[in-house]
Amino acid sequence: MSEINPGLDTDAIAMAIHEGEESKCKKDGEGRTALARFIKKTSWAAKASGLGLALFSSFLAMAALSSLLAPYDPWIRFEPYLWPGEEHLLGTNDLGQDILSELIYGSRVSLIVGFGAALMATIIGTAVGLFSGYFKGTVDEILMGLTDIFLMIPQIPLIIVLAAFLRPSFWMVALLMGSLWWTSTARVVRSKALQVSEMGYVRAKRALGFSSLHIMLSDVLPNICHVVMPKFLLSIASAMIAEASISFLGLGDPATKSWGMMINFAFSRGGFINGYWWWYLAPGLCITLFVMSVVLVGHFLEEKEISTLRLE
Amino acid sequence: MSRLGAAPIDDPLLRVEGLSVSFDTAMGRVRAAQDVCLDLLKGETLAIVGETGCGKSVVANSILQLIPGNASVQGRVIFSGRDLLSLSEREMAEIRGREIAIVFQNPSLALNPIIKAEEQIAEPLQIHSHLPRSLSIQMAKDMLRRLGLGVGGVAESFPFQLSGGMNQRVMIAAAMILSPRIIIADEPSKGLDRLLARQVAEELSGLRDKMDASLLLITHDLLLARDISDRISVMYSGEVVETGESQAVFDHPLHPYTKALLDCLPQRGFHPIPGASPSMIDPPGGCKFYPRCRYKHDKCMQRPDMTEKRCPNEGMDREVRCWLY
Repeated sequence: MSEINPGLDTDAIAMAIHEGEESKCKKDGEGRTALARFIKKTSWAAKASGLGLALFSSFLAMAALSSLLAPYDPWIRFEPYLWPGEEHLLGTNDLGQDILSELIYGSRVSLIVGFGAALMATIIGTAVGLFSGYFKGTVDEILMGLTDIFLMIPQIPLIIVLAAFLRPSFWMVALLMGSLWWTSTARVVRSKALQVSEMGYVRAKRALGFSSLHIMLSDVLPNICHVVMPKFLLSIASAMIAEASISFLGLGDPATKSWGMMINFAFSRGGFINGYWWWYLAPGLCITLFVMSVVLVGHFLEEKEISTLRLE
Repeated sequence: MSRLGAAPIDDPLLRVEGLSVSFDTAMGRVRAAQDVCLDLLKGETLAIVGETGCGKSVVANSILQLIPGNASVQGRVIFSGRDLLSLSEREMAEIRGREIAIVFQNPSLALNPIIKAEEQIAEPLQIHSHLPRSLSIQMAKDMLRRLGLGVGGVAESFPFQLSGGMNQRVMIAAAMILSPRIIIADEPSKGLDRLLARQVAEELSGLRDKMDASLLLITHDLLLARDISDRISVMYSGEVVETGESQAVFDHPLHPYTKALLDCLPQRGFHPIPGASPSMIDPPGGCKFYPRCRYKHDKCMQRPDMTEKRCPNEGMDREVRCWLY
């Protein structure tokens, strides 16, 4: 899993969350209400994923309802370097823009990049994996060779170089990441497609004279969706982190306000040196929390898949 | 059931000529079928019987080119003037389902677990006949009703909600919905209890009559084969050893293997055949059955040919691969 993203140890994060949850629940494990009993009954993984799901949906709502939630237009200028206070809950930056509004509007860009890149990676990866797992033989050799080549490309450095030469824009970054990050999805899908395409019903469908494409789409793909979904979620997490890293390095689109861009501005315009913590802490936390929520849900789905495999 | 004398001696609907199938494995070359010749006449039921591993299913699957890639296939399968073995995958797709349908063993594995029964039956209509979805679903339901599954929401169920017998009927419905000219039933009785197996087989032959199709029944159930089929081909170790009219084969088996096989039946004394089935990798030279044969003599070291024998009292042709005849 960690191969998709060198900067993110998803397992470690999930472990930390599990442990935190566990110790908290031990302290007040004597709850008497129905809710407490329900919480006690559900497994740690399910609880963590519930938390993740709640976080995830609140971020989605934040991105969807930015214009309603944000107190100000993020481009309006107030007094610069204001401390968090009543007027500006998270303070203002060097240009006097409201950080909270920036943060809320920034969620749109960050989520679009994350989802866009992950969607593209998942579509390419699923298609490659499906074809090579279903047709096997030469097709498999060629496609898996291609996957190996893409796997060898140092991804972040390549994106940095390309982003430096091409005009930096957030959808360009999403496109680049999407076209590089499909490899692990392709491998997982391939191994599952190999298994599913040997099932009796695939043979039975061939015996009914259906085309390979039809069988792949209507019989093989629906039966491997459950492994694609967690991969998709984890790709979102890595894409978001990568977007933040690239933006932080100053290779993002300066005209758009993403979370990564906010940290970059805070860094390059003296926010770190002067100790204006509200400027960079909020976007940093948002990135961390969103990635964590996605990873929690993704891991829960993956664990469920593994446990059903064990049952079989 | 019997069509004695009425069987027209015209061209067979499907002719399998000298079909040999072998698989290259790490253990060596497995000769799964050798020089198999079969004729399936229009409107008849031909049963291929034999013990497990004698190559029955291989023959059935090679007719539709459904065997794995490591197999090498020789011979010809003539269907409406064309050799099916020489057709491409795309041309084969035209034949499969529409002209020749196959019903697999183990129905619970042969249905997509996440698609409703009615959808799976309607799918061939949508793909091959380009019928709209609502009409094809209606036809699927009609088909299920004909197979006695019209009630209880079977059509709307997923395969894992249905029993093995119900799934088998769903499979049959999906295979029959395009009214194919030939139905190949590969061990339809496997995994079902005796009564259910018989019901399924009777439904198959009922449908065969209604649709004027031919049925190639592959089974190890000798009594089922006798009751359902017009003719029987007995296979042993990848070869057809005897072919003839069902009742005649039962009453007067000619080949020593057929005799021994029939003696295994509980009704006939439950006598097992001594010895074990020969290895398919390194089969005995000559007659495959001679190491276990009661009537073996020196000549059995050479491979016998299929000999036609006219039985005086039945007036039907029999073919036997044995030096005794």
